[in-house]
Amino acid sequence: MLDNLSLFVQYPPLAADVILNGLLIGSIFALAAYGMALVWGVLNIVNVVQGELVVLGGYVTFLAVQAGLPPLLGLPLSAAVMFCLGWLIYRAVIFRVVDKDIFISILATFGLSILFQQLANALFGSDVRTVDAGLGSLHLLDGTVTLSHVKLLAFVLALGAGGALWLFLRHARLGQAIRATAQNPRAARILGIDTNRVYAMTYALNGALCGAAGSLAVMAWTIHPYVGLPYTVRSFMVVVVAGVGNVAGVVAAGLGLGALENVAGFVFGVEFQIAFVFALMVVILVWRNAMAARKRSYLE
Amino acid sequence: MSRITDWHIMGALALAGIAGPLLLPGLATQIAFLWLMVVFALTWDMLGGRMGYNSFGNIVFFGIGCYAAAVVQRDAGLPYFEGLALGLLVGAAAAVLAAIVFGAAMLGIRGHYFAIGTLGLGIAAGEIAAGWDYVGAGSGMALPLYPGELGSRELFFCYSLFALAALCFLVFRWLYGTRFGLALNAIRDDHDKADAMGLRTTPIKIFAWSLSAFFLALSGGLAANMIGFIDPRDVAFAGATFGVWMVLMAILGGKGTLWGPVLGAFVFHITQELFWTYLLGWQRVALGLLIVVIVVFFPQGIMGWWAARRARAVS
Amino acid sequence: MSALLEVRDVTRRFGGVVANKDVSLTVRQGEIAGLIGPNGSGKTTLFGCITGTHAVDGGDILFEGRSIAHLRPAPIARLGLLRTWQQTRVYGEMTCAENMAISAREAQGGLLSLLGSVPASTRTRAGDLLAFVGLHEKRADKAGSLSFGQQKLLEFAMALMNEPKLLLLDEPTAGINPTLINGLIDRLRRANAELGVTLLVIEHNMRVIMNLAHRITCLAHGEVLAEGSPDEVRADARVLDAYLGVA
Repeated sequence: MLDNLSLFVQYPPLAADVILNGLLIGSIFALAAYGMALVWGVLNIVNVVQGELVVLGGYVTFLAVQAGLPPLLGLPLSAAVMFCLGWLIYRAVIFRVVDKDIFISILATFGLSILFQQLANALFGSDVRTVDAGLGSLHLLDGTVTLSHVKLLAFVLALGAGGALWLFLRHARLGQAIRATAQNPRAARILGIDTNRVYAMTYALNGALCGAAGSLAVMAWTIHPYVGLPYTVRSFMVVVVAGVGNVAGVVAAGLGLGALENVAGFVFGVEFQIAFVFALMVVILVWRNAMAARKRSYLE
Repeated sequence: MSRITDWHIMGALALAGIAGPLLLPGLATQIAFLWLMVVFALTWDMLGGRMGYNSFGNIVFFGIGCYAAAVVQRDAGLPYFEGLALGLLVGAAAAVLAAIVFGAAMLGIRGHYFAIGTLGLGIAAGEIAAGWDYVGAGSGMALPLYPGELGSRELFFCYSLFALAALCFLVFRWLYGTRFGLALNAIRDDHDKADAMGLRTTPIKIFAWSLSAFFLALSGGLAANMIGFIDPRDVAFAGATFGVWMVLMAILGGKGTLWGPVLGAFVFHITQELFWTYLLGWQRVALGLLIVVIVVFFPQGIMGWWAARRARAVS
Repeated sequence: MSALLEVRDVTRRFGGVVANKDVSLTVRQGEIAGLIGPNGSGKTTLFGCITGTHAVDGGDILFEGRSIAHLRPAPIARLGLLRTWQQTRVYGEMTCAENMAISAREAQGGLLSLLGSVPASTRTRAGDLLAFVGLHEKRADKAGSLSFGQQKLLEFAMALMNEPKLLLLDEPTAGINPTLINGLIDRLRRANAELGVTLLVIEHNMRVIMNLAHRITCLAHGEVLAEGSPDEVRADARVLDAYLGVA
């Protein structure tokens, strides 16, 4: 562990490679985290099935490529399929728990998480899957820093999606309805907004964001049925750090988490990378609470 | 008409617990697992049902119990039963210590932050155990062989777990009748109010979690020996099975009620034993579906449904 | 009469909004003090500052001569300073009798002292106080099943169960059936006179507060606008202006 750390410090190009690749992977986390922030802010639900939506999005692209489609077409396809699935999930389950106790919705989405995780395992097997996007890589500093073009694409897309989301919420009619519903669902209903439809569209939009994230994940990295929960926890962490209504903060926190996680994986060893993600979340929650307690106020 | 009291039910269960394994020796292991499930549901309910702290991470204490027993039995060089006894004690002490440390850090966190935080705790523990060579890393640990004669092993674990479940139930039942029990309910119903009324909520919450941890660790040491092998993710820190079952059983039976967790454990375990094998590898898919269905359509549980039905019949 | 509670130049900000600005007031031992002011004038925020739910950004709060501005709610309550809420807070899934039992002063003790059943003396006191607020028949009902007004009475009884020295009441008559308000005023007076509880009452109903309080402080825009006897405050033109939105 210390050897790795000293190697990291002594050889800056290696550090640059690890950190830059982490930052780019972090853009995938940011995409999934937008969705979580949206659902959290509008429906007041912590969507534990978030990570499984990412993984399923990845499988859509994987299957499309298996069927002969070009990988880059997988991206819009994943987003579209997951948009529909998100809408279906809302109609089947989420709308029944939207106004219930927060624990009910956590447990219900947790059940969905297990359901989709195991369905993926039963249908697609537990193998680790990846897709070669065939885009090649960018080599810097005589090849010590290698950044695949897919990761760069993910980065650009995450920024673009963040900007688009911001514009959509500001200016589009549905976006304004979503923001109104988030602030005060009762008032929104009185003003004639069909909040049920807003909720459904929000959840479906979240599905699309997750689908895009999953498609990028399978091209830039790997997926298998059990990596869903880590994506949920990453999104959760990013939203907790950035705040529910802060699109720019979500990008920053997502990228930062990606870099941090990659460095931790390098220093502690890859076998502890998942443990690091989960432990980091616990530390963040405890830290946040301790800071609030110092000012003698409570956090809900 | 004489009313059926708690004591009647407890008497009947005690009789079943003692006579059951003797009458049905072939089912001794299944019955042992049933008592394990009862401990799971009861200990989860102390926080989730009584105190309003919905933990997804109680499996941590079970896992600590598993690993403590395995390490002590491997390294202490004691004969089987002495080693097991020491292992259980060490496991219980370690789990209580962990509950105090985690509790001091995490029980100030409220609502969904606590639920997701404890979920992280459980998974992090499993991942760390799976990477730690001292406890066998990903390949887990084997426990020493039970020395007794053939068939006595199942009975031993069946009765030990029965005794543990019974002890856990009686201790909790007594506690819920004290002011401590009322304090737990007060924290559940309105934490800020409980603080504003001057209750010492932090020690109360930590004590409740420690007590859950104590019984879970004992059950972990016994279960590890009964199964004979611990895998970090599938036995000790099995969040996706045991960890979820705890929550599900307590809710199914009716959380925050005396008999709910016990009933939930019985219904869940028996259903599982009867039908699970027919699902041919789709069990875990069914588990996910079951959680969604129960939580969405039946959140009040069997006891809650029964109470509502009786209330309707009266009015 | 000596000062039981002294609020000195307390300031509390929420982001850019100043909810309390240099607020000072004194509650004397044994009196019934009133706190009035238009909506949003910072009355409830001040209660939060005094009882420890809000951080205080400036100034100090003294209870029986010692500073409590840095303490959290539970230790403040254990000193004998309690509050009730405008929206009422009771333990909804517990019965009224249980609500009372866990509100007793001895329930604030250490962990070990809680490991026993509710003492008979506490039960008796709980029964007496429930009868005092007229809820004795409801003692076995869940607190959450009571009407809003009944929950308010229960919350008041729970506070008395705790034997506070000073009780802050946030709009005790709001939501109460008008025909019962006189009875409630009478009970507040009796709690003050017979049980020796000093009261600081936020109230919107002018008839009630002018009748009840010995001294009144009026807040507007987070600042103290006026204080004095009910007659003085009533005669103060600025108070009327504040309520009519002129100021």
